[in-house]
Amino acid sequence: MSSSLKTPPPSSTSATVTSASPKASLSLGARLMARPEIGALIAAVAIYAFFFIVAPPFRSIDAFATILYASSQVGIVAVAVGLLMIGGEFDLSAGVAFITAALTASIFSYQFSVNMWLGSAVALVLALGIGFVNGYLVVKTGIPSFLITLGTFFILQGANLGITKLVTGSVATQNVSDIDGFGSLKAIFDTKINLFGANFRITVLWWVLFVAIATWILARTRIGNWIFAVGGNAPSARAVGVPVNKVKIGLFMAVGFLAWFYGQHRLYGYNTIQAGEGVGQEFIYIIAAVVGGTLLTGGFGSAIGTAIGAFIFGMVSQGIVYAGWDPNWFKAFLGVMLLLAVAVNLYVKKLATTRRSV
Amino acid sequence: MRIRSKALAATALALTAALTLSACSSSGGAQATETTAASAAAGSGGQTASTPRLTIAMITHETPGDTFWDKIRAGAEAAAAKDNVDLKYSNDPTAAGQATLIQNAIDSKVDAIATTLVTPDALAGPVAAAKAAGIPLVGFNSGIDQYADLGALMYFGSDENLAGTSAGERLAAAGVKHPLCVIQAEGSVALEARCAGVKKSAPGTENLQVNGADISSVTSTITAKLQQDPTIDAVVTLGAPIALAALQSKSEASSQAKVVTFDLNADVAKAIQDGTIEFSVDQQPYLQGYLAVDSLWLYKTNGNDIGGGKAVLTGPSFVDSTNIAAIAGFAANNTR
Repeated sequence: MSSSLKTPPPSSTSATVTSASPKASLSLGARLMARPEIGALIAAVAIYAFFFIVAPPFRSIDAFATILYASSQVGIVAVAVGLLMIGGEFDLSAGVAFITAALTASIFSYQFSVNMWLGSAVALVLALGIGFVNGYLVVKTGIPSFLITLGTFFILQGANLGITKLVTGSVATQNVSDIDGFGSLKAIFDTKINLFGANFRITVLWWVLFVAIATWILARTRIGNWIFAVGGNAPSARAVGVPVNKVKIGLFMAVGFLAWFYGQHRLYGYNTIQAGEGVGQEFIYIIAAVVGGTLLTGGFGSAIGTAIGAFIFGMVSQGIVYAGWDPNWFKAFLGVMLLLAVAVNLYVKKLATTRRSV
Repeated sequence: MRIRSKALAATALALTAALTLSACSSSGGAQATETTAASAAAGSGGQTASTPRLTIAMITHETPGDTFWDKIRAGAEAAAAKDNVDLKYSNDPTAAGQATLIQNAIDSKVDAIATTLVTPDALAGPVAAAKAAGIPLVGFNSGIDQYADLGALMYFGSDENLAGTSAGERLAAAGVKHPLCVIQAEGSVALEARCAGVKKSAPGTENLQVNGADISSVTSTITAKLQQDPTIDAVVTLGAPIALAALQSKSEASSQAKVVTFDLNADVAKAIQDGTIEFSVDQQPYLQGYLAVDSLWLYKTNGNDIGGGKAVLTGPSFVDSTNIAAIAGFAANNTR
């Protein structure tokens, strides 16, 4: 099994923040059942076993490396999107934002003939700026983030195409692999690491690292408590002195940061960027978080759950191909998976809460 | 008329049968196409080669649900059936997704790979990985200028720029001054290249961006443009469904513009017969899929190399009033 599927030591979740019952009165089993990711974990094991049986190519270590890579491509940005959803907000612009970040770095360095490090730095500032603007508009206007980020989604989608076409004369960026700094950045964002005779992409490592950091923030820091509190009940959180606006803006900026990070992988891993890509990915991130046990209403979820959601997505998307099925059905499978996962999550959550009240 | 039963619940079947029998249409519908489809299938799937079974992975940048790719697949499947090949088809419109699928095929240790090379720079890595793993790989449909540099053995497809230029020449020869070139997908290099080609031979060409995923908005956008600029004397569309939308726009705007298109489908073939569409620039997708699989089979079983080190062109093949009679039947079968 994957190393990223290890169950973490039981830690305080929102349940302990909100419920008055002392932790000691819960059995270990009940505490495990109350974890947001338990439903997704069961689903992931079942899906893995299923593809392992039906698709012989799926069993190889090479295939596992490919699946993990496909999962990390969703998982990296989904970490931040999951945190944001625990904090009670949405970001529909995350999909096109990573393309924006990649385009910015590429076009800036190419047009001004400057080192890629500078281009990537400019892209980082822009990505954080987009996150800040999203967050600032949400907290200042009171308009739901679903609508605010839908607006930024369209703005970025149009700007990606419009600016790229205007500057490069095409709808894809030029190949920048011969510009100074490309090699060193490629080493950071897109190296292959040989383990157990298979080539693992470095994004898998980064993904695991980001999941670990997010898990630590949620479980062990004051900021983590704030995120749960803000997502659970913002007015009460504000009343007890939680800086609600700062937390929300910070979460949007975290999405900006990871969108930038993944965008750089797309640039240094694939040399050119198609300006029209990224549309639709925002829902995949949300699906990963929801499958992983995050509540749409906020206040409940975990980074590990979101990671398992991304892993399920990677398994299904590649597993269907390994099994040699018609990929036209992929989206249908995804929909069924989503419904099952949500149903399981709800069931497990009910089970856990009724046990606790006994 | 005989109803061919499928293994379904008997009650439902009986009900439908009763309904169908009682409400049989005397023209059109499935019964009219059944015979032609059956004869077409007999032509492709009648005999199977005695060569050892091969597994060939075909990877494209298809956006799911596009009729054009149906033809590519139909061609690939026809060749696979004939050559005793197990065809594994997969697709992802994004460059990164397609790269991952090529890696997926390498992991699966397939015998050969056929892939579109629409984003050559982005696919260079996985194509090299296939070569390193000793898996022969051919390109098709897109990537004509870069396939050899990437290390693909052969290439089957059309040259988008050449196709655009040829279409523009025909329009200019017909006295067209101000054609409108309709791009239905944002950010497609191939579509941009076609329109650039048209502009090369017909300098008055203007591009119009529409949302191909929503055909009703395509119609209204083209209508608005035709109403706004009455000097437009031709509409060039880059896909068969868009051509039909343009015909509707033309009548809504009561414009006199000629309609020409890239690609074929049954309805466009019919419109060419009726004379409402002047001509179609066809790149023969069925042939691209067929040749990609067939060439790999020949390479694996007989060491053949097709094209003499050069790309094999499947287009531009013009379909107009002079040759539509022969082609219309094949277009109706979804093979041309």
